[in-house]
Amino acid sequence: MTATTSPPPTQDRIEPPPKRRRNTLARREAITGLIWVQAWFIGFVLFTAGPILAAVYLSFTDWKGIGAPKWIGLGNYVELITDDPLFWQSMKVTAIFALLYLPLSMLIGFGMAVLMNQRLRGISAFRTIYYLPSVLSGVAVAVLWGFVFHRDYGVLNWFLSLFGIDPVPWLQDPRWVIPAMVIMQLWGVGASVIIYLGGLQGIPTELYEVARIDGASWWSTLRSVTLPMMSPVIFFQLVLGVIATLQIFTQAYVLTGGGPDYGSFFYAINIYQRAFVELRLGYASALSVVLALIIVAITGIIFKTSKAWVYYAGEKGES
Amino acid sequence: MAAVDRLPPGRGVRSRADRARATASYVVLVVGSIGFLVPFVWMITTSLKDDGQIYTFPVQWVPNPVKWENYARLFAQAPMWTYLRNTVILTVLGVIFSLIGSSIAAYAFARLRFPGRDVMFFVMLATIMIPSWATLIPTYIMFGKLGWLDTYLPILLPALFATPFNTFLLRQFFLSIPQELEDAAKVDGAGTLRCFLLIVVPMARSALLIVGLFAFLYYWNDFLGPLIYLSSDSKFPISLGIMNFAGQQVQDFALMMAAATVAIAPCVILFFIAQRWFIQGIVITGVKG
Repeated sequence: MTATTSPPPTQDRIEPPPKRRRNTLARREAITGLIWVQAWFIGFVLFTAGPILAAVYLSFTDWKGIGAPKWIGLGNYVELITDDPLFWQSMKVTAIFALLYLPLSMLIGFGMAVLMNQRLRGISAFRTIYYLPSVLSGVAVAVLWGFVFHRDYGVLNWFLSLFGIDPVPWLQDPRWVIPAMVIMQLWGVGASVIIYLGGLQGIPTELYEVARIDGASWWSTLRSVTLPMMSPVIFFQLVLGVIATLQIFTQAYVLTGGGPDYGSFFYAINIYQRAFVELRLGYASALSVVLALIIVAITGIIFKTSKAWVYYAGEKGES
Repeated sequence: MAAVDRLPPGRGVRSRADRARATASYVVLVVGSIGFLVPFVWMITTSLKDDGQIYTFPVQWVPNPVKWENYARLFAQAPMWTYLRNTVILTVLGVIFSLIGSSIAAYAFARLRFPGRDVMFFVMLATIMIPSWATLIPTYIMFGKLGWLDTYLPILLPALFATPFNTFLLRQFFLSIPQELEDAAKVDGAGTLRCFLLIVVPMARSALLIVGLFAFLYYWNDFLGPLIYLSSDSKFPISLGIMNFAGQQVQDFALMMAAATVAIAPCVILFFIAQRWFIQGIVITGVKG
């Protein structure tokens, strides 16, 4: 490895090729590159750009999947805003879930990572235990949690009963189903613990030594060294978290099917219902376009505000 | 660490505080990990209980007698072997396809100079924002028109093309491989494909392994694709199979937990075998991204 990193000395003395040959070489590389990048580009056109444009078109139509789509202009958008309580219900459910889950997952993820970023023995065992659930997902996890949340025989209510708390109807009461979803989803917080831990370990130790010599307390070190240095990672986790959270589907679909009484009727469940149960493909397309717009808008806002709170080392001096 | 010895007075107080903090940290971490482990234990013990032990309150943690028969009953009542076989087919092909598509695109973005490369790379990263729900309906219609519903093609064909995360991760790895190796091979007359296959791919083994592992998890657990595209029970992967089975066996919790255990076990085993690469993978995309 080390021997090969320095270029062979003979190469220095090779005369530069005549200009025309260099051009054809560059052109050949460009053609090769354009061929190779098709491994992404064709997929982008067929499965992202094309479908997005088609979805925008379909969102202006009334279509049941047979015959020709009927153009109805903004009809679908007018309906979903003015005449579809389930649209607003799904917005509410998704927003409440996101507002509970995202701050909690970031706080717990970061907190756990800070705890684990000490010279403690057995850290790798903790890392394994916290990370493991986050690589599991999908139906089996939801089925498993369905029984954890069981009102009469579930382990969670058994645990609460030790403190004299009455059985909570986690999946039977529309007020409890969102907290239940949040708890289930927090089981997967380990991935962000690992990511934050990776970020914490990348902070130069000199910064901490300086803070220590200056007599900074643990808390003020956290606030003035750790948080600013970690802000790019936190920022990235926030963006990805928002994008993923607004699309949640499988967990709710398996656990409750959107119930009870539409209490876990997430936005994606609404799209699924309209498109694949009611076959209102035009209306469902309008819903999906609105979701894309919301996600792009929120991501845009986070990016805009990031200049104020995300610290990139090397951009300016120590601040 | 030597600097610690030269710290100003007051160090004693601080280290006592440090020790207190370490103890408190341990308590939190231990309590937390018990909480994280309980759902697993709960799933496994429930899968080995008979009805009488499931419907007791307070909880009976150790099944007595241990009902291994629950697993035999599960495999007798649901076509679990078919589900498992289908899942393996989807997962193996999904992993291979992901590796091919993403590594080719990543090589183009990392090494080849062509017009529009940086714009395309940016566009690719920006598509992370596009929810899969926004493309789902037209894609479904397209595959329907092609007559591919109830086949694996709608799930596997998109896998052949590069996805943003995998491509990004592989590109970062490719960039860290010294260019001189390929230059030397090119002087010897090797083409782009040979450079890629004989130099870059072998050197990026660990990155490819990481991408493969995450693709494994994705295709093993994929639910939405099968839910939308597959309709015959004989083609269901385990995710859809369990969903179906759970719908029929609402009250048989032992069997449902046994089914969940069977579906989760391969992922857990893989995690323990390859934990190191799982950690590397998310740290690379999450921290350096």
